[in-house]
Amino acid sequence: MSKKILLNSKDIEIILHRLACQLIENHNDFSDTVLIGLQPRGSFLANRLVQLLENDYGIKELKLGLLDITFYRDDFRRRSEPLVATSTEINFLIEDKKVIIIDDVLYSGRSVRAALTAIQSFGRPLNIELLVLIDRRFSRHLPIQPNYRGRQVDAINEEKVLVTWRETHEIDAVYLEQK
Amino acid sequence: MDQLSVAHLLGIKYLKPSDIELIFKTADHFKEVINRPIKKVPSLRDITIANLFFENSTRTKLSFELAEKRLSADVINFSASQSSLKTGETLIDTVNNILSMKVDIVVMRHAHVGAGVFLSKHVNAKIINAGDGTHEHPTQALLDSYSIREKLGTVKGKKIVIIGDILHSRVALSNIFALQMQGAEVKVCGPTTLIPKYIRSLGVSVETNLKKALEWCDVANVLRVQNERMDINYFPSTREYTQLFGINKEMLENLEKKIVIMHPGPINRGVEITSDVADSEQSIILNQVENGVAIRMAVIYLLAEQIKK
Repeated sequence: MSKKILLNSKDIEIILHRLACQLIENHNDFSDTVLIGLQPRGSFLANRLVQLLENDYGIKELKLGLLDITFYRDDFRRRSEPLVATSTEINFLIEDKKVIIIDDVLYSGRSVRAALTAIQSFGRPLNIELLVLIDRRFSRHLPIQPNYRGRQVDAINEEKVLVTWRETHEIDAVYLEQK
Repeated sequence: MDQLSVAHLLGIKYLKPSDIELIFKTADHFKEVINRPIKKVPSLRDITIANLFFENSTRTKLSFELAEKRLSADVINFSASQSSLKTGETLIDTVNNILSMKVDIVVMRHAHVGAGVFLSKHVNAKIINAGDGTHEHPTQALLDSYSIREKLGTVKGKKIVIIGDILHSRVALSNIFALQMQGAEVKVCGPTTLIPKYIRSLGVSVETNLKKALEWCDVANVLRVQNERMDINYFPSTREYTQLFGINKEMLENLEKKIVIMHPGPINRGVEITSDVADSEQSIILNQVENGVAIRMAVIYLLAEQIKK
């Protein structure tokens, strides 16, 4: 199994700053905006963006929620391995809010489809945007595109994009793995 | 570990400790779901569940039905009182007729011990036992343990006394199995006539003095006297039962520690428990009811996962 580095920690740092600036451009002080990280992997990216927006750009009282989509997935009973749920932590209503869904890798688009359904359980949002670190653009199963993307990657189906965060793997990096 | 080791939920005694842990973890997620503004997930959209209640039930049936609906399953209900049972049809025929309508999961309550086990051997559907005679009521025991875990952090090492009609209680038996599996110490307390002769062989201690039992325990699970299952008089009068085994506020206040009061319902207020105890802050009776929906959602979800496309 060969492993190629796509982004190192410096690249990721620059990308996170750019994404933060793009968000500020569209959402000003975030008073009507909530960030929703998709569990489990999107929550690392969401947490990092919140830290950046608060510490480096002075945004205050950001609302961050973590959404688990296990019970909304379309492959329940269709996989050999059982689905394992993680927790949902959304302590606010999203009625009339601008929602930014955050995930690390956009691949088939099915997780985002599930998230769009799941988020309705917390109210009717004003609109929903999608932010991803990696956009695998040729592998979509559904008509879903990100509003904010860190890096576009042309990976084939036999390849896997792996994102590691320093919180769990000691290093921020994105790898391309041959399966 | 993320899968149940059993194909049906027939009783606690068939489960492993890891199954109980998995059910509790899954129930944690569903408890969050049922506290959302929209309390429903689409997981079981293509699953049909039949609730077959050959014996009367209010809360268990409602709780199962709500759990099924919260998971988006299609639900059909069957009650003995409205059925053609009296025509002489056998249980297998009744259930097979229902299954031919493409039912995936059967939730069954039946007056006969082992009805669920019997059915699981003869029909092609997942069976969930919602109470079989005086034998087991697994989802009740799971929600009781789950409520203790929620209130006290863990079940392990806790002292739990089950008070009342142990002889006729499937809740007591399932609770004994579940609590012991999780490392709790279990005592039963009641009139000797209502305590089964061989209960000690399950590793349970017996106490006939209510005061001593309450002093010993962290949690008291109080049961109803099941008059409908009694063919003889097991105690002289309800008044005498209440005097010896009824819990009142004064008793609780005289204890050194604050114990947790549970009751699987229906409560006979003023018989086994007074109203001020049932409604006190030590009582987690209504939490048990809420947790019942989450636990049943978890059980149904985990069994449905085994029905592969």
